[in-house]
Amino acid sequence: MKTYLIEIKLNGEWQKAEITAKETLIEVLRNKLGATEVKNGCGKGDCGSCAVILDGKAVNSCLTLAFQANGKEITTLRGIGDEKKPHPIQKSFVQKGAIQCGFCTAGMVVSAKALLDQNPNPGRQEIKEAISGNLCRCTGYEKIIDAVQDVALESKP
Amino acid sequence: MNEVDYIIPRNLEEVFRAVEKKKRKIKFIAGCTNVIPYMREEAISPELLIDLSSLENLDYIREENGIIAIGALTTISKLTASEIIRNQSPIIFSAASLLGNPLTRNRATIGGNLADASPAADMVPPLLALEAFVHTKRSEGEGREIFLDKFFLGPNKTVLAEDEIITHITFSKPKDSARGIYIKLGLRNSMAISVVSIALMIEMEGKVCQKARVALGAVSPTPIRVYRLEKNLEGKEIDQKSIQECSVILKEEISPISDIRASAEYRKLATSVLFKRAIQKVLNGEKT
Repeated sequence: MKTYLIEIKLNGEWQKAEITAKETLIEVLRNKLGATEVKNGCGKGDCGSCAVILDGKAVNSCLTLAFQANGKEITTLRGIGDEKKPHPIQKSFVQKGAIQCGFCTAGMVVSAKALLDQNPNPGRQEIKEAISGNLCRCTGYEKIIDAVQDVALESKP
Repeated sequence: MNEVDYIIPRNLEEVFRAVEKKKRKIKFIAGCTNVIPYMREEAISPELLIDLSSLENLDYIREENGIIAIGALTTISKLTASEIIRNQSPIIFSAASLLGNPLTRNRATIGGNLADASPAADMVPPLLALEAFVHTKRSEGEGREIFLDKFFLGPNKTVLAEDEIITHITFSKPKDSARGIYIKLGLRNSMAISVVSIALMIEMEGKVCQKARVALGAVSPTPIRVYRLEKNLEGKEIDQKSIQECSVILKEEISPISDIRASAEYRKLATSVLFKRAIQKVLNGEKT
């Protein structure tokens, strides 16, 4: 099998990976770069659990070829914040009870981060639209929307 | 599993050099939001992926001399963020806002949406109603300018040759008096594939319809213009009677299938309801 060497700036650090042409970004992130915080759900762009930020935009890593991330910047959930230094969005998710089983959370936080980076003060409808590619089967979404809105309100000057 | 190669050309010369050199099954790719699922399901098994996503100068939205031009690599998100699209062709804006979800829209391109040729492709009915042209380039000879209504041959089939790529799409800026609407009926709001979609553009003079363009998605093997319906609207006053006549014509002109999303019977009924809704909304000056 023919392989290619790519380089990705993953959460601020350049990393190399040997890939095949058909490998998707999620496969490389999880299996070759140890980024298991990226969750593999439907594998065809329906659920958003594999969302990552690619050059500033939230995308499904299952619908992106690994090659297409070559030379680019990827931010995963871990790059947004971790146990030691959680991001305000992550804290807000915990405080608002926006996490139940937790499977969608990685993708939800990524979509929320991409939204707040572009629009620090979104309305409820804008939040709903921004997370409309992320399925959650537990929370009924309301607490997730509350959590994102809280971060937006807190960051207001 | 077959061996797959990948190249990412920077310009058209590199694309065509790759096409000529390799006598293998080629797949042009860009956003990949459809191609990856197709490969996973083994619906396609390409031997060489030619990634067009880094080609220069194919990512733009311009208005010049009354013509709006959209580069093939323009993502659906960029369409939703464009002032030109929002102001000059709101039906494109509506369709782009309803395509997939934000994660998909950040990757999917307008060229890909056309080349994929899904009968339910969101961008197609509005572009049909705007009488758009698809501009292409081939490895040998001149590129073509193809009227969009002559572009599709069937589900996932277009007139594009194996070595031909879409460079851009153009259409005339609608007249200031023109009004339009795109309505999509899906099973839910986000990430829905259309059950039926309709794009309508009309120009009115008083109560009389001067020009009508009606296009439908997901009710035929390809998205279609409904010429008979357009003729029936033009030159007449639009009232309850003519709307009723049109909805009868509509049912005769479409040939939907039954699938996982809806039955053929339901699609016929829904198309007629959507048409009535679309025309009422346009006459009321609503935009969505």
